[in-house]
Amino acid sequence: MTTLLKRAFMLLGLPIILVAAWWFASAGSTSPFWPPLSTILEAFPTTWTMDRIVGDVFPSLARLGIGFALAVLVGIVAGTAIGLSPTLRALAEPVLEFFRAVPPPVLVPIIALFAGYTGWLGKIVTIALGCLWPILLNTVEGVRGLEPVLGDTAKSYQLSRWRRLLFVVLPGASPRIFTGARQALSIGVILMVISELFGANRGLGAAIVQFQRSFAIPQMWTGIILLGLIGVLLAAIFKVVENRMLAWYVGQRQIERGV
Amino acid sequence: MSITTMLSGRAAQTPAAPATDIALDLRGVQKTYDTPGRPEVEAIRHLDFQIRRGELVCVVGPSGAGKTTLLRSIAGLLDVTAGEVVLDGKAVTGPPEGMAVVFQEYGRSLFPWMTVRQNIELPLKEKGIPKAERQEKIDRALKEVSLTEAAEQHPWQLSGGMQQRVAIARAIAFEPSVLLMDEPFAAVDAQTRAELEDLVRSLWKHLGVTVLFVTHDIDEAVYLGERVIVLSNRPTVLMEDVKVDLPAERDQLTTRSDRRFGELRGHVYELIQRAKRGDRPDAPQPEGAGF
Repeated sequence: MTTLLKRAFMLLGLPIILVAAWWFASAGSTSPFWPPLSTILEAFPTTWTMDRIVGDVFPSLARLGIGFALAVLVGIVAGTAIGLSPTLRALAEPVLEFFRAVPPPVLVPIIALFAGYTGWLGKIVTIALGCLWPILLNTVEGVRGLEPVLGDTAKSYQLSRWRRLLFVVLPGASPRIFTGARQALSIGVILMVISELFGANRGLGAAIVQFQRSFAIPQMWTGIILLGLIGVLLAAIFKVVENRMLAWYVGQRQIERGV
Repeated sequence: MSITTMLSGRAAQTPAAPATDIALDLRGVQKTYDTPGRPEVEAIRHLDFQIRRGELVCVVGPSGAGKTTLLRSIAGLLDVTAGEVVLDGKAVTGPPEGMAVVFQEYGRSLFPWMTVRQNIELPLKEKGIPKAERQEKIDRALKEVSLTEAAEQHPWQLSGGMQQRVAIARAIAFEPSVLLMDEPFAAVDAQTRAELEDLVRSLWKHLGVTVLFVTHDIDEAVYLGERVIVLSNRPTVLMEDVKVDLPAERDQLTTRSDRRFGELRGHVYELIQRAKRGDRPDAPQPEGAGF
């Protein structure tokens, strides 16, 4: 029970302190850009009505989900192919380094030119492209870093290509793939918002920009808080999935470290 | 053994030494590492030996004698430069059917994301064995190595000795025609090692599997083997093929204090010492190699 309390305190302690600090620091504020936290919280339920959640939040999250899923799929498939083939790797490496170095937000206007400013396609492509590189590069490293004895074992038992892929290569690379996917998820959230800043009428990012432009400052703040909460929620969901799929890895690491 | 003697042996139906008696046949095996930009390294100069079906043969040699190179060549994980490795009458060009390898690095040869049962099951799935039969084979193999209760655990939850027993269980469940073991007990403690040696002896005796056991430990080689193949230093040739005429029934205490064990051990020890000094029998020159 005490450990549970301690963990709850560790988890919530700092957020509570920060919220309290914000609350008291902003309490008497008269600045229109820096409204008191109490005003922001009052505006929250009236701003994020069911109508807005369905009309703005869900489409944004759906685009994030589709873009992220595409990046995971393409990243794992391409990363595995590149990781397994030295020829492919030699060909792809300089190109990969180039694309990785290009900051994804820069691509937004270019993609919008081809895929349209207002539709879903451009935004999904933006999110997917931004999420792709960390997953792809980590998959390549994960596949390359597979324990050679495991590869020999698979070969000496004559495991077929796809069995080797499915039961040896991919599970072996999965810790790295998850590392990449975790980085990609935070990039995805950023791109979800950025892709809506340039041209969109509905969506979480678009709503925040509209609030700002119409001087609905407390509403704008609620949008930012909502974004933060969504980030926390997504990270938590990711953690649950990771803990389930990498249970073997966590357990093995703990034993190796003698914990 | 040449093709002609194999054929005549089969044609004459001689029960004493039929050609199929040979499980593994090394014919003039030579291996030179030729990495571009590096000097050539001749690892194995010439090796010729045969292992009969059901035999337990140990290979020892001084460190750096190319034991691992030899094992990887036999396992089809490495191409030989000249000569050939023949398993069950078929030349080995890649990992052959009917061979299972137990590697030294037990902790790294088991799939950590699978349970013990799944580790043993994977090669059986590949063989296309139906599920019920697979389970039966797994259970039997686990029983052989006394690990029945660890079936649902992951390898990393087990001790080193237990992990190596899982690797052995996986190999015997596969029912190979030849079982290769590459210094399998080099990384476990002395007591576990003695237990595992006895396990190999007893498995070999009642499963009738052919075993090629590579080790650097002279005592282990003499204790386990029916024959001990002693390798020279690099580039490797055969120093001597020592027959171990100890009783088939062996145990750690009596066998190791047997006078004959001491003699054999001393003999192999001396061969290794000579090999280390660079003393080696004249090797037949490999054909076609430019000297």
